[in-house]
Amino acid sequence: MTRHHPADAAGVRPAGPAPAGDPGPAGSGTGPGAPVLAVDGLSVRFRMRAGRHVEAVTGASFRLAPGECLALVGESGCGKSVLASALLGLLPGNAETAGSARLADGLDLLAADERTLARTVRGRRVGLVPQSPAAHLTPVRTIRAHLEETVRELVRPAVPAPRGRLRGDALRAAAEAAAERAAFPAGHLDRYPHELSGGLAQRAATALALVGDAPLLLADEPTTGLDRELVHRTVDELRAHTRDVGRALLMITHDLAAAERIADTVAVMYAGRIVELAPAAAFFGAPGPRHPYAAGLLDALPERAFTPIPGAPPELGALPPGCAFAARCARADDACRAERPALTEGVACHHA
Amino acid sequence: MLELTGITAGYDRRAPVVRGAHLALRPGESLGLLGPSGCGKSTLARVAALLHRPDRGTVTLDGRAVTGYRHRAPRDLRTSVGVVFQQPRLAADPRLRLRDLVAEPLRATGRRTEADAAVAELTERVGLGRDLLTRRAHEVSDGQLQRACLARALILRPRWLVCDEMTAMLDASTTAALVRVVEEYRADTGAGLLAVGHDPVLLARWCDRTTHWDEIVDGTVKD
Ligand code: SF4
Repeated sequence: MTRHHPADAAGVRPAGPAPAGDPGPAGSGTGPGAPVLAVDGLSVRFRMRAGRHVEAVTGASFRLAPGECLALVGESGCGKSVLASALLGLLPGNAETAGSARLADGLDLLAADERTLARTVRGRRVGLVPQSPAAHLTPVRTIRAHLEETVRELVRPAVPAPRGRLRGDALRAAAEAAAERAAFPAGHLDRYPHELSGGLAQRAATALALVGDAPLLLADEPTTGLDRELVHRTVDELRAHTRDVGRALLMITHDLAAAERIADTVAVMYAGRIVELAPAAAFFGAPGPRHPYAAGLLDALPERAFTPIPGAPPELGALPPGCAFAARCARADDACRAERPALTEGVACHHA
Repeated sequence: MLELTGITAGYDRRAPVVRGAHLALRPGESLGLLGPSGCGKSTLARVAALLHRPDRGTVTLDGRAVTGYRHRAPRDLRTSVGVVFQQPRLAADPRLRLRDLVAEPLRATGRRTEADAAVAELTERVGLGRDLLTRRAHEVSDGQLQRACLARALILRPRWLVCDEMTAMLDASTTAALVRVVEEYRADTGAGLLAVGHDPVLLARWCDRTTHWDEIVDGTVKD
């Protein structure tokens, strides 16, 4: 590995305001035909009291092509939500990041300042489907009000208008069209968030995420707490909004069944690292997962062996020197305990 | 027996979320109750755990009709039901250390002296490392906190367990681990279980039998 380990001071920079206008490398990975998102060596660590650090994400690299759905799976605390927050510029002040996360036009999400992120990224280039839509929506405003506000902010009128904003009937029509795109029923537009079922609240949130027509959708645990049927419908709809229209979808989830249903690619995270990156068909079908942790996770499903992985993940503030899974792995040996396996050819394991 | 008869309950008397629900569990039996989100099954779970007074209907626990709920429930009835909810964050005081969170029911029933031994035994059972016990609830992950909440539910050795979407927020391995803890506890003690959830595959794998919400309520009013 040539990139900086985040424990080295070099290559680490504080989150939050950073010099804007880094155009990114002119060559590889930008321009037409480039991935919608190219994440390279992304690391996030948190400064804690007494000079301690918690390495929440270390050296994550993956690419998302137009129309592709990548599911980032792992248990709570594995770093997947921190990774999502890093992509949206929503890390807390004690976070330091390294590496890059470039959009197709070269913008590095990790280097962009808050102003750039707020004005040109969130909603416009990256649409966010939040974890609990009911909490994300403002309780005292109707769904129509939410949609109209977002449309006013993100959609430019076709004909010049005062201050370049949609108004009146055009605004109303655009908001209704946005609702329709996400199959949100027009008859429910004047309802308040708490008057909606879980499924409709999720659709309202999806409608909002789609307004800006962003090339990348980021869905953070979009199915938590939904029943199976609703899980299926929600992820199928997300899929339809991506594959069919050339958008990319990054779905962060602990729900393997949801991932299996729609993902093209699966990235498994453990203790802050991607330990397996594989085509979904090979991962869920034959030949199956290659990393012992990933195999254990699948075996834990009630559809399969329903056997838990023994033990618990290590603390991110006190990772062992070798493979972070060694203490729980039936195949661990001295090499595993001594040396951390790098992700090579899609798997980070000495014995895969 | 744990019997719920003709339970009507909710937060607004004019629009109860549960109307005329019936359930009966034999001692030691496990029943999975399936239903879509928002159907009222969580409210019914709270009634079964004596945490919510129904507007109508009766709860009978091991032959005794329940007359009071929450702090008005007779102590021996209240402590015979352990309960675990979906969202550990809403069920735990964020400032409590996990050790104290698990021991809470013992303290509340004046059995403080038993706490150290019981906490040590149970936290090991649920797979919480010793170093986590001094952490506060807000300093641990959802999975770790839910492990602590399960230990808390078991610490008074209840004859009945009510698990309301206990694993909905958890990954597959933690789910399988916590279900295993519940089943080992039941094998040890003969406790009965009402597991409420929305995942038919999980509940079928976990419970002796499963039933659907539509089968236990008379004439559901749907909107
Ligand atoms: S590197 Fe060793 S300990 Fe780690 S997953 Fe592979 S076999 Fe197991």
